[in-house]
Amino acid sequence: MTDVSGTGKGTAERTAESTRAQPVYIPQADIYETKDALFVSLEMPGANPDAISITLDKRVLAVRGRSVQKRPAGFSPVHAEYREGDYERSFTLSEAIDGDRIEASFKDGILDLKLPKAQPAPAKKIGVKHG
Amino acid sequence: MIRYTPGVDLWGEPLATLRRIQDEINRTFNEPQAPAAEYPALNIWRGEDAVLVTAEVPGVRMEDMELTVHQNTLTIKGKRAPVATEPDVSFHRRERTFGSFARTIALPFNVDPDRVQASAENGVLTITLPRPEAERPRKIQISKA
Repeated sequence: MTDVSGTGKGTAERTAESTRAQPVYIPQADIYETKDALFVSLEMPGANPDAISITLDKRVLAVRGRSVQKRPAGFSPVHAEYREGDYERSFTLSEAIDGDRIEASFKDGILDLKLPKAQPAPAKKIGVKHG
Repeated sequence: MIRYTPGVDLWGEPLATLRRIQDEINRTFNEPQAPAAEYPALNIWRGEDAVLVTAEVPGVRMEDMELTVHQNTLTIKGKRAPVATEPDVSFHRRERTFGSFARTIALPFNVDPDRVQASAENGVLTITLPRPEAERPRKIQISKA
């Protein structure tokens, strides 16, 4: 598995600029594999689960999200260690994945993906015609 | 952590030595940095009669967290559980950290521990800490002479 968007942690350096003047975060990931699926968990605190997009194009899995902060009325910020921003990360998968059976769930700021491996096509026997 | 460095012949190849030092420096700066010095990352908001603290705690369950308030200090303690897996898995990446954490911060004023409220949504913990009634700023009416 190769990481397309960077080395993880911190903010991404991208060739094209974002239209929003906000940082783009690379969510930290845990990725593991079992006999028949690949599991990816990404830390995306503050992301709205309805606005997370997951795409699989050929072998590139891309995850996008946006963390939104509530601005409480009548309060003014006095100290800030994190801010709103976009989450973006993509991976090149080394194995064929069954795109129709990908499962995704978002709980407590963690996006969990289950990517079932594609079943290998059964071997075909080709008969040779007699001339 | 100390890097292994083979013995240096200082006078043999001065340029090579310099280059190695430069490589060493570059490597140190290019390695991924720890996200924030302290965990969890916090934002603090101040209102007239309350202070609001938000913390990014992805993957931490509410029952694994403990909040303590004393006068003007707030302590957030908790545990991050490692990703739950079956025994026979092979890891490709393991970037998320797990284990226990604790962080204490000083708030801008004393707070009433009985009225502290905390909730979590999408991995962000929000704590509202109201000021005690007795310590609220009071407007003083100036009487006309």
